[in-house]
Amino acid sequence: MTVILDNVTISYNRHPAVHHVSGRFESGSLTAITGPNGAGKSTLLKGIAGILSPDEGHIRIEGAKRLAYLPQAAELQRDFPMSVLHMIATGYWHKSGALGAITPAMKEQASQALADVGLSGFEKRDISSLSAGQFQRALFARLLLQDALLMLLDEPFAAIDADATEYLLAIIERWHQEKRTVICVLHDLDQIRKHFPECLLLARECIGWGSSNKILSPEYLMNTHLFRQGWNAGTELCERAG
Amino acid sequence: MTLYTYTLQPFVDYGFMRRALAACAALALGGAPLGVFLVLRRMALIGDAMSHAILPGVSLAFLFFGLSLTAMTLGGLAAGLLVAFAAGVVTRLTPLKEDASFTGAYLISLALGVLIISMRGNSIDLMHVLFGNVLAVGNESLLLVTTIATVSLLTLAAIYRSLIVEWFDPGFMRAAGGNGAAMHQLFLGLVALNLVSAFQALGTLMALGVMVLPAIAARFWSRTVDGTIAFAIGFGMCASFIGLLLSYHYGAPSGPAIVLTAGIFYVFSVIFGRYGSITARFFRQRHYAG
Repeated sequence: MTVILDNVTISYNRHPAVHHVSGRFESGSLTAITGPNGAGKSTLLKGIAGILSPDEGHIRIEGAKRLAYLPQAAELQRDFPMSVLHMIATGYWHKSGALGAITPAMKEQASQALADVGLSGFEKRDISSLSAGQFQRALFARLLLQDALLMLLDEPFAAIDADATEYLLAIIERWHQEKRTVICVLHDLDQIRKHFPECLLLARECIGWGSSNKILSPEYLMNTHLFRQGWNAGTELCERAG
Repeated sequence: MTLYTYTLQPFVDYGFMRRALAACAALALGGAPLGVFLVLRRMALIGDAMSHAILPGVSLAFLFFGLSLTAMTLGGLAAGLLVAFAAGVVTRLTPLKEDASFTGAYLISLALGVLIISMRGNSIDLMHVLFGNVLAVGNESLLLVTTIATVSLLTLAAIYRSLIVEWFDPGFMRAAGGNGAAMHQLFLGLVALNLVSAFQALGTLMALGVMVLPAIAARFWSRTVDGTIAFAIGFGMCASFIGLLLSYHYGAPSGPAIVLTAGIFYVFSVIFGRYGSITARFFRQRHYAG
């Protein structure tokens, strides 16, 4: 799946969080989105996932529209009374829909996915009993079941210990080898240089987009400092065309 | 007085007691699962707002058609759905949260209802609408109550998974292409339907009683959604049975008797329930080895 951004602006209350961004995530590419807090990284991801709609411009997705979105954990109801197995089995939505059965074979595959993220034997645990890191790993297991062609991950390694980060990164690299398109919001620049070939440096506007080694160099990173954290109350209307 | 004459004979001897029991059982069956979802979603008080919102519909129907069950039911349903829809639209399209938008809608609705009744009816009518009378449930209303319970259980079964996914992780639902907002509105419609069904038995003020009290009591006995629903239905039915008996033997009004019994179940569960109760908090059991 290819994702094409055409002059995309997404705003809250008319103040842009993502401002006139254009470019494309090629099919099968592995891209990290990085930038300062408030730079619009999560907003852009939500735009691609279809949760937010652009004020201006278009987000086009080419190819079979099968995407999976991993939100920041804080956006989920973690005290919901549900077992880990039931939670990750919602990843079968593309197969089961609202009414279809979860077959024994699916359950077995779900257990395997839990083992892949280091949560063997957690099937019957309440999701409320998981630690923040374990919960994040369970969300990864759900992604494995979703079997999507476009993976959107919002800070997937927050709260995850070093060991688990290593094998979750291995899973992401496996997706890359399987030619899935992966877009991942991250803050750890060394991690990006090491594991992510492509990088989009965002500070509300696109500061740089290309190979990670080139983008994560001082000349590009310097430019993010020009980014102002807040917005001004009396600011003028943006007249820029695409 | 034997156990039989105390507990079963009233239902054997009197048709109105049998109808009341059947109606309450249907209300518990249809309403308690919805109550569990309301509580899970922290919407218990929104149920309360909805129950007040149906009042103007009922009283408007009463104004034009008198004490007609069909008219009052349809009127109440229309008002309930209208308020649920208006509040839903405001919640989705503005930054106002669901509790605030519902409060806004129901207060307007309630004030209209009281205004309409006071312009036309007398206080006895108002009492009937506010408090209901389960012992006056006829065959016609019994059919209505059971039909609503059936429809609502089947619909809930069909949207069960969608609702849980939407509430647990709305972003996932959007990305997966499901229409979570529509499911949520449908759920609110079911709540309105069941409140209307309960109002003639328990009145608009207490219609929520058989829906939410068993549900919050059940939260202390199970840690899964389906387990909680099973407990809630059981509590609702037991409370109806006991409440009706108390009402029969001691001449208490039936609606409050049923809701109070459900209230006793709730207080008991808060103190002695299996999960998270006060007893469980103070009398900790020994921890496991790992």
